[in-house]
Amino acid sequence: MVNSVTNFGRSGLYDWVIQRLSAVILAIYTLFLFGFVVATPDLTFAEWHGLFSQVWMKVFSLAALISICAHAWVGMWTISTDYITGSTSLRFIFQLVMAGFLFTYLVWGIDILWSV
Amino acid sequence: MLVSVYRYNPEKDEAPYMQDYEITIPGGKDVMVLDVLHLVKEQDVSVAYRRSCREGVCGSDGMNINGKNGLACITPISEATKGKMDKLVLRPLPGMPVIRDLVIDMSLFYQQYEKIKPYLHNDTPAPAIERLQSPEERAKLDGLYECILCACCSTSCPSFWWNPDKFVGPAGLLQAYRFLADSRDTSTEERLAGLSDPFSVFRCRGIMNCVNVCPKGLNPTRAIGHIRNMLLSQQV
Repeated sequence: MVNSVTNFGRSGLYDWVIQRLSAVILAIYTLFLFGFVVATPDLTFAEWHGLFSQVWMKVFSLAALISICAHAWVGMWTISTDYITGSTSLRFIFQLVMAGFLFTYLVWGIDILWSV
Repeated sequence: MLVSVYRYNPEKDEAPYMQDYEITIPGGKDVMVLDVLHLVKEQDVSVAYRRSCREGVCGSDGMNINGKNGLACITPISEATKGKMDKLVLRPLPGMPVIRDLVIDMSLFYQQYEKIKPYLHNDTPAPAIERLQSPEERAKLDGLYECILCACCSTSCPSFWWNPDKFVGPAGLLQAYRFLADSRDTSTEERLAGLSDPFSVFRCRGIMNCVNVCPKGLNPTRAIGHIRNMLLSQQV
């Protein structure tokens, strides 16, 4: 068995399930937003603001935000272990930068969502 | 017919190169790629390649034929040169260390095969004659046991190219499922525990090159899917 300390769920199965579940959430969220824009032809700032002011939409958006971070982490971790195999320190730095970006996006995203 | 062969002798050559041979096929027949290689060998005895049974059973002569992995002995030149005019380009199986010309070092491939413990485990007392299977139980092994370990699939898999030391690869995983699906095997849990890490099975991204090249028409991607489902139903 091959062990790894830096992957998301410490097991290939968890990472795989996380990636699939997050993909489903992101697909539903994208379809919902697309449907909302199509169903509201004269979309105004007030309607857009109204949508994101509701608690259920904040929960839905937060779920999508967490999903995109988890999904991106599993994907970027896979890329780093596929292509940066020559140097462990370089791979670790890449993973650290990715983790930093995703954490920033997450906190920034929550800040934006709760400021509406 | 123009035949371009990958040449590399680490004792003599600094770098690999392609060498062209002009081959006349007797009677202009649609012979197999291995027959063409024999004719090349008549011209140049220094060309090295593996071959044994010459009928697609031993899996020795796996090589990259006009860009696609396959067995030289059962690939007719008409199939190999389809859409490529009259030229045959022969390279060793990709992603593995080359020992010489078309001969590769298969150590990593065999290490991965060894890792999945490709033999029956059964801790119950042995019966007087044999362990019986119903026709339905035996049918589950069809499409799995036929693998001849030619390595055409694993060496066409990008995931195996990147992580040949950690990803078991399509050939190994097809055999892993062959024993997971066997009604006589009692080590299902241990076998699955050894496969649940992020690399052994889950590095498969469903590219399906393995299915595309398998000379026996087997489907390792489907077997990998079955292993994933078994892991999922065991742990969720």
